Amino acid sequence: MVDTGGRVNIEHRRKLANLESTGTAMTPRTLFDKVWDAHIVRPQTAETPAVIYIDLHLIHEVTSPQAFTELRRRGLKVRRPDRTLATMDHSTPTTPRGADGIIPVVDPQAAAQLRQLEQNCAEFGIPLFALGSEYQGIVHVIGPEQGLTQPGMTIVCGDSHTSTHGAFGALAFGIGTSEVAHVLATQCLLQTRPKTMEVRVDGRLAPGVTAKDIILAIIARYGVGAGTGHVFEYTGEAIRALSMEERMTICNMSIEGGARAGMIAPDDTTFEYIAGRPFAPKGKAWDEAVAYWRTLPTDEGAVYDRIITLDASQLTPMITYGTNPGMGMPIDGRIPTPEELPDPAARQALDKALRYMDLRPGQPLLGHKIDVVFLGSCTNSRISDLRMAAQLLKGRKIADGVRMMVVPGSQQVKKQAEAEGLHEIFRAAGAEWREAGCSACLGMNDDKVPPGKYAVSTSNRNFEGRQGPGARTFLASPLTAVASAIEGVVADPRRYL
Amino acid sequence: MQPISVITGRIVALPVQDIDTDQIIPARYLKVTDKSGLAEGLFYAWRFDADGKPNPNFVLNRPETQGATILVAGRNFGCGSSREHAPWALLGYGFKAVISPSFADIFRNNALKNGLLTVQVDDETYQQLVSLFDEDPTTTVTIDLTAQTVTLPDGRSVHFPIDPFTKHCLLHGVDQMGFLLNEEAAISAYEASHPARVVTTARS
Repeated sequence: MVDTGGRVNIEHRRKLANLESTGTAMTPRTLFDKVWDAHIVRPQTAETPAVIYIDLHLIHEVTSPQAFTELRRRGLKVRRPDRTLATMDHSTPTTPRGADGIIPVVDPQAAAQLRQLEQNCAEFGIPLFALGSEYQGIVHVIGPEQGLTQPGMTIVCGDSHTSTHGAFGALAFGIGTSEVAHVLATQCLLQTRPKTMEVRVDGRLAPGVTAKDIILAIIARYGVGAGTGHVFEYTGEAIRALSMEERMTICNMSIEGGARAGMIAPDDTTFEYIAGRPFAPKGKAWDEAVAYWRTLPTDEGAVYDRIITLDASQLTPMITYGTNPGMGMPIDGRIPTPEELPDPAARQALDKALRYMDLRPGQPLLGHKIDVVFLGSCTNSRISDLRMAAQLLKGRKIADGVRMMVVPGSQQVKKQAEAEGLHEIFRAAGAEWREAGCSACLGMNDDKVPPGKYAVSTSNRNFEGRQGPGARTFLASPLTAVASAIEGVVADPRRYL
Repeated sequence: MQPISVITGRIVALPVQDIDTDQIIPARYLKVTDKSGLAEGLFYAWRFDADGKPNPNFVLNRPETQGATILVAGRNFGCGSSREHAPWALLGYGFKAVISPSFADIFRNNALKNGLLTVQVDDETYQQLVSLFDEDPTTTVTIDLTAQTVTLPDGRSVHFPIDPFTKHCLLHGVDQMGFLLNEEAAISAYEASHPARVVTTARS
């Protein structure tokens, strides 16, 4: 048996790695296993789910009001306002500011919802980046931007795209409003341990092909339900080569693949991105943090419940043609015909989608007329997305009859873009340069795609009516969006390389 | 929350796969600060035409489906957003359960926290339910939560899965907040032994 000295040594090593004493420390573990294990307040049993501690709770105006009502009804406080951060993004207008510097909220219902968040944050002591604040922005843009999103954390938000934060090696997932109330009151959630799925992306991307195309290709190949019950971990050469913002684009759309969370092991790219941000650890705390973060990547020999793969070197720019993100294809491809689909339910879904989109089976999309281009959303509204788009648009004009909305993900992204003169490139090309927010991604503010019109959007969902009643959405990368804006039709960005 | 044990009701079939939460309740209905009034927006784009008139061809607008309490829908029901407004809208409309070959994770969690039963059945049973509804729109089934079964009109009973904790909560009408609040000591102990790396979310 282990002598005292040996035991102390093991305990010491566990402490160093900040691992929980679950008795599994020596078994090879995945990144997910390590983060999950480190947040167990009460282990899962045959009768009860695990009680999991939440390090960071992000809230916004849409999915939080009823949770605060529940707290009041029970006479509860917010347990850890210091681990909670609020912003306004979904129902906010992105209309350029008036001469007074104020962003006007003309929709009375949206205004009431925003006021409610303000009141709730004031009453419960929660920091808020309100509309008009220099830090306001899309909830999944501001967390990483502020350095609040860090490896090894558990992060939740009443928003399914919380998966974005997994790019840092955090376990981050969307929750409903009941669970928002749970976290506000207890900083914990009841969770059944999900399964793990390795999503291995090998090879190198060809020029003109982006992170967005990787994730659209994964969802097109494996379907919108593939990740149900699982947490994705994206691995492989192609993922390691991506910048943090590209990794966020990938993790963001894990939910479109059915997985509540998607993770990427932290590495030097991650640490470089976090270093120096407002909430990043400093000095000795930084060194300790990095030492811990380096223990997080999946151990050699750890087992995933399932593995799927993709060869990045074979990818082309991708575009969706249907009404869910799985209905995607290479940009120069043709829409499938029902005969090509083995499953009758899938044939039915294709038929329904094409009727909504007013498209035909077997039709190519290249050259298809478009009306709107939306560059923005928590998928593709960060500074590198805007730089990528501006580089292609520089010295060019968008086509007559096309409306292009450029919506930075946060006020900080907007400020940075303006410092680099990107806004002038967009404006000179004939695009609108707007305030930060979710904008036309979800059709709940003033930014919408008109009924029957076609949009190339860098957002994440092409559901019926998602961008407004009757709106028809083609999801694509920022490069494809810009190329299409220039030509007024669906266009291949590789022509501009 | 009211305890749930047996639900007997008429089914209505919406045999479409991947019904997303934007179909269940479009985002423009999410500007409310309470849970009421959402039934009006349920399946809005399918129930109403562009002028806001009921679409007579949509199944929920057919006179014989009025009063149905069990929705039968295609696989991956509730994919998309985390909006709990989706189960609130379904409950507000009068549904007590949804039967499908599979559910999106977040939707299932949200539904069960509000007493909307998610009943996962095999493809064959799903197809049978759709056929039964096509033949007779007054088809009635019984869902027994204790036994975890759906009983079809021909007497055949099909088992469905549900985790024991959720089942307990639904059968006894208890919500999960109380359970978590009882963990106060364990939560405090965890916090004491795991100091936060980010000590505040307030900008200095």
